[in-house]
Amino acid sequence: MTKSNFTRRGVLKTGALAGAAMATPTIFDGSVWAAGHTGFTNAPEGGSVTLGFNVPQSGPYADEGADELRAYELAVEHLNGGGDGGMINTFSSKTLDGTGINGKKVEYVTGDTQTKSDAARASAKSMIEKDGAIMITGGSSSGVAIAVQGLCQDAGVIFMAGLTHSNDTTGKDRKANGFRHFFNGYMSGAALAPVLAARYGTDRKAYHLTADYTWGWTQQESIANATEAQGWETVNNVLTPLASTDFSSYIAPVLNSGADVLVLNHYGGNMVNSLTNAVQFGLKDKQVNGKNFEIVVPLYSRLMARGAGENVKGILGSTNWHWSLTDEGSKAFVKSFGTKYGFPPSQAAHTVYCQTLLYADAVNRAGSFNPCAVGEALEDFEFSGLGNGDVLYRGADHQCFKDVLVVQGKENPTSEFDVLEVVEVTPRAQVEYPPNHPMFGGDEASLGECNPGA
Amino acid sequence: MLGLNFRDRSLFFIVIALTVLAPFILNPFPSESSLAQFNAGYPDLMQRFVIFGIFAIGFNILFGLTGYLSFGHAAFLGVGSYAAVWVFKLFTYNVLPAIILAVAVAGLFSLLIGYVSLRRSGIYFSILTLAFAQMSFALAYSVLSNPKFNLTNGETGLQVYADDPQWLHRDSLPDLPHLFGLSMRSNYQLDIGAWTFNFNVGYYLCVVIMLIVFYIAIRLFRSPFGMMLRAIKSNQQRLNYTGLNSRPYTLAAFVISGMYAGLAGGLMAAMDPLAGAERMQWTASGEVVLMVILGGAGTLIGPILGAGFIKYFENIFSKINDQILHQWFAFLPDGLEDFLVFIIHPFIGKGWHLTLGILFMLVVIFLPGGLVEGGQRLGKLFGRRKKTEDAAKDAANTPAE
Repeated sequence: MTKSNFTRRGVLKTGALAGAAMATPTIFDGSVWAAGHTGFTNAPEGGSVTLGFNVPQSGPYADEGADELRAYELAVEHLNGGGDGGMINTFSSKTLDGTGINGKKVEYVTGDTQTKSDAARASAKSMIEKDGAIMITGGSSSGVAIAVQGLCQDAGVIFMAGLTHSNDTTGKDRKANGFRHFFNGYMSGAALAPVLAARYGTDRKAYHLTADYTWGWTQQESIANATEAQGWETVNNVLTPLASTDFSSYIAPVLNSGADVLVLNHYGGNMVNSLTNAVQFGLKDKQVNGKNFEIVVPLYSRLMARGAGENVKGILGSTNWHWSLTDEGSKAFVKSFGTKYGFPPSQAAHTVYCQTLLYADAVNRAGSFNPCAVGEALEDFEFSGLGNGDVLYRGADHQCFKDVLVVQGKENPTSEFDVLEVVEVTPRAQVEYPPNHPMFGGDEASLGECNPGA
Repeated sequence: MLGLNFRDRSLFFIVIALTVLAPFILNPFPSESSLAQFNAGYPDLMQRFVIFGIFAIGFNILFGLTGYLSFGHAAFLGVGSYAAVWVFKLFTYNVLPAIILAVAVAGLFSLLIGYVSLRRSGIYFSILTLAFAQMSFALAYSVLSNPKFNLTNGETGLQVYADDPQWLHRDSLPDLPHLFGLSMRSNYQLDIGAWTFNFNVGYYLCVVIMLIVFYIAIRLFRSPFGMMLRAIKSNQQRLNYTGLNSRPYTLAAFVISGMYAGLAGGLMAAMDPLAGAERMQWTASGEVVLMVILGGAGTLIGPILGAGFIKYFENIFSKINDQILHQWFAFLPDGLEDFLVFIIHPFIGKGWHLTLGILFMLVVIFLPGGLVEGGQRLGKLFGRRKKTEDAAKDAANTPAE
């Protein structure tokens, strides 16, 4: 072997260091093992509390993510007593007084989910493990939301879902530590179908193009069920790969199928492309079975509508909230968002702003940051003044029930933000369903036990 | 000792010291200070460093030794993860069977893909592996996750549900991945003064496994088999003319590196029981190529350094936001503060890709041998005695031609 005296010394040195490293935890036994005594993960110490804002800053939903982040910053400002207070003033619960949450100043950390479940979980984990975040919120895709919700359940922190529309988030994947304010595919279908039937008649033949992943399937199922209940017939459902950018090969067969309505179960860039293709093929001007051919986009967002430009004119869809609503809450929110950023907020911004306020209020009412106490305060909580009328946070599946907006692309937009107009506000009662609905995991779905961690 | 020569042995001990003491090394700043932003010593990131280190070591066996550039290694990592999560779902949360099965499944999968892809070399090989990996991604993302036959759970990622069978699970065991009852999440937090250090069970399990596979990699590099792989890299045609069939060697290297990737995937699932399809996407395959090149292809420690470098940027730089910048520069006059924040803004938060890209360019242009070359240059600058030694070694290593 080699003739070096480094070996012995080196080994001794390394060994001693390693030994010291191993031994230290026992030497310092009994000192503070954070969270060991408080009973839950990341109990806030000192005068501040940290929230984790986990949004897509890159990838296909970066626009939504950026808008969400703006709304979070606004919410933190309002909670800490800055700005004009926004929806805090119109919120039916009056525990928020500008002194932070539970008297502690609100601080926040941000992360990039990249719209990938892995990256989102890594980012959320670093917020929990490194920054001591007591609550994680955000997300702009159902896959990410479900993945992060599962992580928060395991880690013992509250997850307030952002923009996630799949039935599964509060359906078969519901978790005791996760809460969703946004609406879902079922509600879209229930709200949209009657309007569609009233406008286009009850003897329509629908052709579905569906993004080939979890969200696409649940939405397609919901819309097909709801429209069939109105007497429509579903001619065909074609799954399109998620990475598609050109949908012309999927549009051409629609014309020969005998269908007279095209339903695009697409979101984000997919929807912009498929709708543009469909309009380019002249579908909107066609006559089939003696009726005008129609296109429907069940889940609309202003950011998407802007991307699709002229093509959205007259096309029906549903949305969670829209800035043109005239109730006090919406007006207050649009005003403070507009003052700070110079343009109106999107529905993604609205839902995350509400989620932050709802969490803060629940902590105040519970008098504790313990996730189980907060969860209890949110369950079956009824409130109003946040822009959606009277809302119920149902305890059985942690889903918010509220009015759903049916919207359509505006014929004469007055500005680049004014692209959608509200056709009908579907009342809450019409979109409600039992917690064990078969589309939501049936009887097997359960929230599990609330987990405070530690 | 250990059948290693002096240089390899000291390298091995350096790696042991670095990994075992990582909780201290990665948390150099007091946890309340404003520089705590740059601390990387929390369990999740430390685990990631080591796991991607394993992935990169394995990739380097193929790319660094044989010169075959695979653009599809993320597929093996993904397959390993799925295999591990299925073990969690069906049998037990104990990580050992999961990791073993992950390695075995990834090995079989890489045998299949390697057998086909290795019929070509150079760019055609890269394209073939890329195609296979994208196929696997598409399968995992949508085809194999339809409601009737749900193998991968698509976009959401495969995870363990409360109603999964888990036939070998007992109530006394933790409800999270564990090693004979010792939960991967258990973590000791040690506070010394203003500093906080994390000692995580999962991390040390990863470290032990990495040290084992790193040792195997060293032995492989120094073995006659490794020499044969190097021969393939320097001139495969010549090797073929001598009457040697090189394909079994490349296939073996391919399968070994596939198994390393599967091991990394299995460990990822063991640390966090969820397998997402994005793990198999081509960007993930590209990332490991970057890691190896950044660290130094063909060197032993390079891939580990490269993996650490990239993961650090991904997790630390992406979390710096304008609010934090304003805190840093708060001491400056307002105008100057805003100006500085404006200048730095594109490079942090979502701009971490940009920063990483610039550094990657700098490394490739000025240090073609990667970070390892940077280290060697520094060594040459400061160590006089080493210089002559290296010169002698270089002379000895120069091929005869």
